Amino acid sequence: MPLSDVAVPPASDVVLSAQGLTRRFATDTGLSTALDAVDIEVRRGQVTGLIGPDGAGKTTFMRLACGLLRADAGTLTVLGMDVATEPQSVQAEVRYMPQRFGLYEDLSVAENLALYADLQGLSPAGRPARYGELMQMTGLAPFMARLAGRLSGGMKQKLGVACALLKPPRLLLLDEPTVGVDPVSRRELWAIVDRMVQDTGTTVLVSTAYLDEAERCAEVIVLHEGRVIGTGKPGSFSAGLAGRTFLVAAPGVQRRALATSLQASAKILDAVIQGDQVRIITATADIPTTATLGLAASSTISPVAPRFEDGFVVHIKESRGPHAGVVDLAMRPVAGGREVVIRTENLERRFGDFHAVRELDLAVRRGEVFGLLGANGAGKSTTFRMLCGLLPPSGGHIEVAGVDLRTAPAEARARIGYMAQRFSLYGNLTVRENLRFFASAYGLSGALRTERIDWALAQFELADHAEAGSESLPLGFKQRLAMAAALMHEPEILFLDEPTSGVDPLARRDFWQRINALAGAGVTVLVTTHFMEEAEYCDRLAIMAAGRVLALGTPAEIKAQTADETGPASSLEEAFIRLATSGAEAA
Amino acid sequence: MSDNRRVRGLVRKEFLQILRDPSSIAIAFLMPVFLLLLFGYGLSLDAEHVPLAVVVEKPSAETARFTGMLQQSRYFSPKDFASMRDAELALRTHEVDGIVHLRASFAADLKAQRESGIQVIVNGVDANTARMVQGYLGSVWALWLEQRLQATGQAPVVSIDHRIWYNTAVSSRNYLVPGLIAVIMTLIGALLTALVMAREWERGTMEALMVTPVSMREVLLGKLIPYFVLGMGGMVLSVAMALWLFHVPLRGSAVVLFASAAIFLLAALGMGLAISITARNQFVAGLAAIITTFLPAFMLSGFIFDIASAPVAVQAVTYLVAARYFIAIIQTIFLAGNIWPVILPNAAALLAMAGVFLGIVVARSRKRLD
Amino acid sequence: MLRRILALATKEFLAILKDPRSRAVVIVPPIIQTLVFGYAATFDLNHVAYAVYDADRSAISRELVERFRGSPVFLENKMIAAAGDIAPTVDRREALLVVRLDPGFERNILAGRSGQVQLIIDGRNSNTALIVLNYAREVINGFAMSRQPDQTLPGQPVVRAWFNPNLESRWFIVPGIIGILTLLVTMMVTALSVAREREQGTFDQLLVTPLRPLDILLGKSLPGLAIGFVEATVMVLIVTLWFGVPLRGSPWTLYIGLAAFLSSAIGIGLMISSLSVTMQQGLLGAFLFMVPAILLSGFATPVANMPEWMQTLTLTNPLRYFMVILRGVFVEGASLRVLWPQIWPMLLIGSLTLVAAGRLFRRRLY
Repeated sequence: MPLSDVAVPPASDVVLSAQGLTRRFATDTGLSTALDAVDIEVRRGQVTGLIGPDGAGKTTFMRLACGLLRADAGTLTVLGMDVATEPQSVQAEVRYMPQRFGLYEDLSVAENLALYADLQGLSPAGRPARYGELMQMTGLAPFMARLAGRLSGGMKQKLGVACALLKPPRLLLLDEPTVGVDPVSRRELWAIVDRMVQDTGTTVLVSTAYLDEAERCAEVIVLHEGRVIGTGKPGSFSAGLAGRTFLVAAPGVQRRALATSLQASAKILDAVIQGDQVRIITATADIPTTATLGLAASSTISPVAPRFEDGFVVHIKESRGPHAGVVDLAMRPVAGGREVVIRTENLERRFGDFHAVRELDLAVRRGEVFGLLGANGAGKSTTFRMLCGLLPPSGGHIEVAGVDLRTAPAEARARIGYMAQRFSLYGNLTVRENLRFFASAYGLSGALRTERIDWALAQFELADHAEAGSESLPLGFKQRLAMAAALMHEPEILFLDEPTSGVDPLARRDFWQRINALAGAGVTVLVTTHFMEEAEYCDRLAIMAAGRVLALGTPAEIKAQTADETGPASSLEEAFIRLATSGAEAA
Repeated sequence: MSDNRRVRGLVRKEFLQILRDPSSIAIAFLMPVFLLLLFGYGLSLDAEHVPLAVVVEKPSAETARFTGMLQQSRYFSPKDFASMRDAELALRTHEVDGIVHLRASFAADLKAQRESGIQVIVNGVDANTARMVQGYLGSVWALWLEQRLQATGQAPVVSIDHRIWYNTAVSSRNYLVPGLIAVIMTLIGALLTALVMAREWERGTMEALMVTPVSMREVLLGKLIPYFVLGMGGMVLSVAMALWLFHVPLRGSAVVLFASAAIFLLAALGMGLAISITARNQFVAGLAAIITTFLPAFMLSGFIFDIASAPVAVQAVTYLVAARYFIAIIQTIFLAGNIWPVILPNAAALLAMAGVFLGIVVARSRKRLD
Repeated sequence: MLRRILALATKEFLAILKDPRSRAVVIVPPIIQTLVFGYAATFDLNHVAYAVYDADRSAISRELVERFRGSPVFLENKMIAAAGDIAPTVDRREALLVVRLDPGFERNILAGRSGQVQLIIDGRNSNTALIVLNYAREVINGFAMSRQPDQTLPGQPVVRAWFNPNLESRWFIVPGIIGILTLLVTMMVTALSVAREREQGTFDQLLVTPLRPLDILLGKSLPGLAIGFVEATVMVLIVTLWFGVPLRGSPWTLYIGLAAFLSSAIGIGLMISSLSVTMQQGLLGAFLFMVPAILLSGFATPVANMPEWMQTLTLTNPLRYFMVILRGVFVEGASLRVLWPQIWPMLLIGSLTLVAAGRLFRRRLY
């Protein structure tokens, strides 16, 4: 499918231009290519999005653009200057906000501003006015004396932007400014950026892993595995898919089962849960019917407008060739009924005078997929660690599989599996060594261990990489390995902490198919995520903010709970924003 | 002029951070005080009250005079043993460090024989202490002999008059404490910079600094100035402790002392910066700082072991140890005075080292991440 | 359970040996350091630079000067012509020792009076000064004996040094280096082990397995123990074969002492590790422990020379005990029974710190 924009604006409009830009990094196993002969153009006075999953080369490109890295091949011109030869002049005109916002956490808001004002050569006379303007724009004015480390994630992000904007730049580079930030702050950041572009005509390049943010950009550049797979207006990516995207509803059929069966069909390229329905992309332009899809007559198939993510997924799927189909884990079913297996009552955790989690009541039944949803710092991970017995609660009661894992005998832990954030693995051990270690740690040995390792290598498509060092694996493989390691001992309950952060949409689809298979076998899955749309895949979920549960229930229930005069929330993200704003009004 | 403002901004930021995060203040001020207290008291080569077994086979006025002199010496605490067998057992179990055996023939031998009637056994495991004991015993013996000769009106062939300059009390603390200042400050200089740069990298703020119009030279100055001030503060504290707590005499001028300390600190900070910039991985930087500072400063600087006695190849290695030069200077300024022939060449060597390290820092620190 | 512990230990080994950073610290430096420090760390003096100011210029004064020239310890640097040059010579460190013979030296000796010899010694390093004084005194005494063959006076006391007849300080220092470097390596391996997992995020993963803290503790101790044993063995070989220090006692005694020492070093290392969140912190912690532990172990300056309160403080330092064991076994040939008072305190330190480390594992997690 062609992914290119038709109208090419005049070249004078180009603020940043890269030709054949290549950058490699040395790793233990040789060179890995972060950017592979990339051609990119960024046009003046608009927001351009650099979009792609982790490891696509976004950060490498940002760093190249501001002269922090040198290219191995190709040319890169910024504002008419060659970055390789004049980095200093480029840096005088360009501002860059790195991923962690580049703030000194032990300095106050005002001190951070003063430092960057000094460094950017802002004249002392003009400072008070400029500070006032920026603080008003970001809403940080009341917090000038607060240490940056004490700000919330969203506030830090805004302060980072303010520091970058002290002296209005001609080009602003923002590297993943919205990662892990709550939807309200995300929305506010986009508003700030849009206003700035309007008022000053600054050019902005934003990188993001959230595909839904593409729609907010004037133009997008999509990166995947170090290559540009498309550039143009966001709408152009999915334009070719018109007439191939549908929503399927099948009354009486569980939506997970429906998605799985649809995915198995050769006629369907992609099937994901969306609300109570399943969103599909057909492989051909033929209009699907209940009959061609093998669905019950009561099912409905309604056309829907294609979105950016559809274009992305289709492009990758088509470039990879036919997929193996549905992932099936060959799990042995877990015995037992649908009783409550995870329960917390009035759970509370304090760190000093800070409440990380408070008044948390949860009950998760066997075989359920339960999501904990929230921004960084909302209390998801703290809750998680208390459930796993890694962190003692300050108050309240916990029961997992009938025991409190913190005080229960070690053997009780054999009933749970745990996948930590960032896919924690022993980096310098090979895939097989990692699997063998986790199998042994759970007491497997001999033939049983060999059998489980073989199972993991086969089911998680790791066999080709069994002897590779796990550090050098692509992120998607790490995710599969981490999940396999957590399943070696066939646990009844699986805890997954941010299991999909940073991986590409396809890896996320595979991942959720595996979760579906697990749930089908009766495994209880507790998962945290900050991707709002992923929460749709959960049976039930709890939305957390500032340590409290804002809403609890099935996705449909939560949307209904947040209904206002315009009706129920259209998405969970919308629901979250409504919850957050109504909470702020109440407070 | 904006150049100046950037450096000033960076220095102000660094001081604010130092004030907010007490760990660098702890490293700069508390660590030298703590280590100097610990080692100033703990390290001593002055063997005093060495337990000594005395076996007198046949007591007489002569033996009594000899043992009396042993008793009076501050170096020994003699204990009487009835037999050599008991004394040897005591030596073997480390109850005593040496045996003085006055044979039955002690008095007779004195008159008639060449061989002495006195036998001394020391535990030679700690050769240095053993040699000290041997020397102290030799002095006691010489004194005793002189008194005897004076009684009979004879004179020994040679009388030795020894003068130990600069340190008449022969107290090892007088040279160990200045040396310790050098060892400790080597450590602190490297740790301060290595750890502080690490923080800047780990929190991602270095990346943000680099893309501002600031030059790398300004970033480095912004680091060097605050930690130089901090290090000099630690130095002043250490010198004050040496003077007023350990009563080490300061015979040279304080100005010369601090001037050379400043050069030394530049070399130590330069080394720390060079390490942390060369090894971009901050854990490796910490490791390298530790491996290349403490043990070499301890073993290869002349702090405690005399370098001149080492084989030439090992001596060559010691020329790479900055502490070596500073120890030569600081011991001389404290104990001997402003002796320029010692101070100048060593200070020049330190200056050269500082130049090399800072040169490496400037050459290797590009405003880039690769 | 044993199998799980072994699996953990195997993983630890692989992690250490596959990590180029740990490999770089654990394997090469100890060997180089043993060699370099083995040569550098000695209290024995040779080539002591000295100068002579002979104002007597007589046959007998020349005879004395010749005796200094004949001594293997001394190396003549210069003859001083004027008394005023003595001070600058010492000041500039051109000579550690100046032998000054004033006019009348020969006349006095021939007249049956004492000849005056003045020894001026650079006291900037008081230890060296005392050693130089002793050496010079021996030379002069030898001269005095030769002048009076029919003298009725007794000679110097006969001194015998047990275990180390030539009083080579290398025999004392070099075995001590084994202790220092074993401590260094073991601390590096263990102090970073938990911190490394914390930093990589795998420690949580480990804690949710059925492994109990005790199992984790044992699994993490084994590599330290094994690496410590291997390194120490290599160093023992260097010390005996290369430096020629005698190994008089039983190797078994040495290894029992080593095992006790390693247990305490591992305990302290793991305790530091479980207190630290990052490897950087683990490193700093290990280092802050090691500096005093090494300096106050009796390695270079005897524990007996310390003030009483500090000697009490050193009872908590495992290296202090191991120093005694090393020297006892190497030079004295001491038996296990003699050394037992050094062994049990290390075992005590080891078990206390291991228990503490196990408790700390689950604490510092946030």
